[in-house]
Amino acid sequence: MLRRIAIVGASLAGLRAAETLRERGFDGALTLIGDEPHRPYDRPPLSKQVLQGSWEPEQTFFRKKEGYDALALDMRLGVPAVSVDLRARRVALADGTFADYDRLIIATGARVRTLSAIAPRAGLLALRGLDDAIMLRRTIMDAPRVAVVGAGFIGLEVAASCRARGLPVTVIESLPVPLAPILGPTFGDMVAAVHRDHGVDLRTGVVVTNVLGESRVAGVALSDGSRIDADVVVVGIGVTPNTEWLEGSGLTIDNGIVCAGSGEAAPDVYAAGDVARVANRWLGDSARIEHWTNAVEQAVHAAENALAGPEASSSFSSVPYFWSDQYDRRIQFIGGARPYDEIVIVDGSLADRRLTALYRRGNRLVACLALNQPRALIKYRKLLAADASWDAALSETAAS
Amino acid sequence: MKVVVDLSICDLHGLCVEAAPEVFQIGDDGALHVLMETPPDGLRAAVDKAVRECPTGAISIEE
Repeated sequence: MLRRIAIVGASLAGLRAAETLRERGFDGALTLIGDEPHRPYDRPPLSKQVLQGSWEPEQTFFRKKEGYDALALDMRLGVPAVSVDLRARRVALADGTFADYDRLIIATGARVRTLSAIAPRAGLLALRGLDDAIMLRRTIMDAPRVAVVGAGFIGLEVAASCRARGLPVTVIESLPVPLAPILGPTFGDMVAAVHRDHGVDLRTGVVVTNVLGESRVAGVALSDGSRIDADVVVVGIGVTPNTEWLEGSGLTIDNGIVCAGSGEAAPDVYAAGDVARVANRWLGDSARIEHWTNAVEQAVHAAENALAGPEASSSFSSVPYFWSDQYDRRIQFIGGARPYDEIVIVDGSLADRRLTALYRRGNRLVACLALNQPRALIKYRKLLAADASWDAALSETAAS
Repeated sequence: MKVVVDLSICDLHGLCVEAAPEVFQIGDDGALHVLMETPPDGLRAAVDKAVRECPTGAISIEE
């Protein structure tokens, strides 16, 4: 008998799981537990619209307060889950209360990594949650000099937003070419050039050895001996899955919750989103994917399988997709690339900074990048989902 | 069901086209077009998927 479902994690994946359960007719008790005091909000606008000031933070909420009435949730916000007893089917919360379940969906996400051995101080910030965005926005109001540590997508979007506000920005990246492991070096170089053209002082192949300033940030020291003066330092060096609360639970934890293709981590326990490692043919056996669309798709998949039960479960098979907006450029990427994949630009050019590129491994199409060419994605997404051969992809290109 | 798209916030991610190609299309003009404003109930699941997966929340269903 399926009467109670608990979802831990009140973010995109948690909300989409709850919505799916109700859409599919689950009318039992549904508990949504979140460690933040906010109701579920959307993260992508935080580094763009919210930071640039065109949105108020409240505009990131997925639903208005009254929008939750129809979902009939037992929402427990501002209270982290601290442990789960798989045998008793019970989640313990930090305030001493419990949530009993027949099925559990875990979507506790990830948190930012911090610079090791660097003590916290004023002006040393990161961007992950709504409160981070509010704090960062407030801090950059006073037009300070900004140093961004890490030229990943978050770091580069923060840099672009700070430039849009006219702030001087330095970005520090340990790789010689930013984003090279994800997009390949050619497009990593191109993204670097876009930022330099917009006035970013981009330092590559160097790491931060120290953050300067006692109670307040004064700058950073770099491994090449140089020093960057800064009033705010934003660290964007990746995330760590939030799995500590599951230690000793019996779930397999290894850089995330290890799940079967069904999203099942244990009988009656499912995981979705940034915290989950679900087998995926695009990115290796069991990759953890930190993208918006993946959180939605895994959440829906987990919710459907939680209702269907293990006998009727389906395997997860969505093509990974992410996008990033920086200045007036939009990067869209589907599939999964590796450094040695061959890259062919099939439309547009690097010079125009408007192009479509395909990634080839053997005789297969494995990924597609579109820069300010949104329509191309639709065509190649279909081909990737169908596991198209390279020749089939090229003939599609010729036909268009 | 009636499909409503707020074109002022549509950002052309195209996930709706993948979810429900019978209902959504990005045209030669580079804009999103709703091919069927009142799709049959058989397409309900596909349209629901389009709503859920739209990164800007531009699609809604009016009953």
